[in-house]
Amino acid sequence: MSTWLNRQAFRPDVTVAVFFAVVALFFYGSILWTFYMSLTRSTLIPNYQIVGLDQYVKLFTNQRWLVSCLNMVVFGVLYILGTLAFGILLAVLADRNIKAESLFRTIFLYPLAVSLIITGLSWRWLLDPTTGLQALMRDIGWESFTFDWLTRSDRAIYTLVIASIWHSAGLVMVIVLAGLRGIDNDLWKAIRMEGIPLWRAYCQVIFPGMRPVIASCVVLLMSEVIRGYDLIIAMTKGGPGISTEMPAKFAVDFYFARVNLGLASAASIMMLVLSLIMLAPYFYSEFRRRT
Amino acid sequence: MTAATVRRGTAFAPRAARIGLYVFLVVSAVFFILPLLLVIMNSLKPMEEIRQGNLLALPVNPNLEAWATAWASACTGLDCAGIRPGLWNSIKITIPSVVISTLAGALNGYALAQWKSRHANMIMLLITVGLFIPYQAMLYPTVKILSTVGMFRTYAGIVFVHIIYGLPYTTLLFRNFYVGIPDEISRAARMEGASFLRTFWSIILPISTNILVVVAILQFTGIWNDYLLGLIFAGNDNLPMTVQLTNIVGNSRGVANPNVNMAAALITAIPTLVVYFLSGRYFVRGIAAGAVKG
Repeated sequence: MSTWLNRQAFRPDVTVAVFFAVVALFFYGSILWTFYMSLTRSTLIPNYQIVGLDQYVKLFTNQRWLVSCLNMVVFGVLYILGTLAFGILLAVLADRNIKAESLFRTIFLYPLAVSLIITGLSWRWLLDPTTGLQALMRDIGWESFTFDWLTRSDRAIYTLVIASIWHSAGLVMVIVLAGLRGIDNDLWKAIRMEGIPLWRAYCQVIFPGMRPVIASCVVLLMSEVIRGYDLIIAMTKGGPGISTEMPAKFAVDFYFARVNLGLASAASIMMLVLSLIMLAPYFYSEFRRRT
Repeated sequence: MTAATVRRGTAFAPRAARIGLYVFLVVSAVFFILPLLLVIMNSLKPMEEIRQGNLLALPVNPNLEAWATAWASACTGLDCAGIRPGLWNSIKITIPSVVISTLAGALNGYALAQWKSRHANMIMLLITVGLFIPYQAMLYPTVKILSTVGMFRTYAGIVFVHIIYGLPYTTLLFRNFYVGIPDEISRAARMEGASFLRTFWSIILPISTNILVVVAILQFTGIWNDYLLGLIFAGNDNLPMTVQLTNIVGNSRGVANPNVNMAAALITAIPTLVVYFLSGRYFVRGIAAGAVKG
């Protein structure tokens, strides 16, 4: 081993080439193959005859797909805004010289170590109207207390929002807190000398300076939204009815349970296109900054 | 109470604002602890107590019966061996996946940091984009490739998928770390006639302990908590704990046993929680490093 190692030249490019070949095959090759399948009528096994955009037409006339997309938008907007607001608020408060900061931080962040499956199960148990929170409130005397969103098709999606904010707020807090700690003390001194109220200092000086930090939080949260699968499986299974279906689950269901390879591939390609559109501004600015 | 009012108050009512701040933090802490508390409490209740009260009532006679059932005799479909086989499966999937994907990411990240070429930037961009590709757009072809070589739904297959799918993330974290270390180290080794792999193995890896720990912790959490890949690629003999847990909870035969389900959920969550509590500083650093991409 060691003599073999020594005989090689100093060639990082060879290593890069080997790894990149693997990534190119499994990531980009797979995408091409999936795209190809989305242009065919494949069901259980691949059918290689191209029929054009039929699957995309079917997809966008499929009620369940349209509901899935709409759900993702509603969920995504509320989840991202909610997580940002809660996470930033926690970071700002944690940065005000509080006692037991590390204890609070540990509590706020631990959900991130918990899988989304367990997150979903726990919240399902907690919000189950017959045994969870609602039952507790009624037991202790508040007879009219009602919180049955989990079982209502017009509200169930909000319970997913609550559970996923619980899961990710700590992430935003840690990232924003790291940003706040990086702020120059002189800036704070200047703010104090000018007598600017604290809330205005945050809104007009501190946060605008932290735009890249907040942007990377948004990017992380967006990719969570598009990938969202485990939480739905554990918490609502897409129900009641199809009220909490989302694209990631639609694609997996059609790949495996409903064996419709063509339609599932079309759905996956749409998910990919959506990810790239949402991430394009970020990558563009990153790339320009670096070169 | 919003942050703005808390802080606006600081000017003329610092004491009240201070109290408001702590009230908000404590209420938030309760919100974060509540689901965990619920699961712990109910896993300790015998079935009679579950039937009488609601899930948020305190256990009267706490015992570990539900834990024992969840561990060794809860049913996942036809099989009634508890979550124990899943624990072993998760361990034997996670350990090699974490070790190999971390080392591979380190090697690739170091190579990308060392390769002075404009292509290196382009390749880095393509690898970074790989982080954001939804699994769904790669799943079926991966199934196809693995079936062709006889690895679909096997132990080797699931480990392989975790390594490949983890590569963009580990590569990115290491590359960002290695771009920051002084180039003299590599240059000196190169002058001595050391090969690239030799330099990496004998000089670079030993000075990378911190980042290795950070990346390994992130990979451990991610792979242990994975559900979708395990479900599709592991095969029935190697199902990880997360999949077995949903099978136990979703098992429709017989009566529902919330206490057993919750004990099973806790057993599944314990390894990542232990790692989190023991390694808090590294965990936080990893998240911050992963977030500031580029």
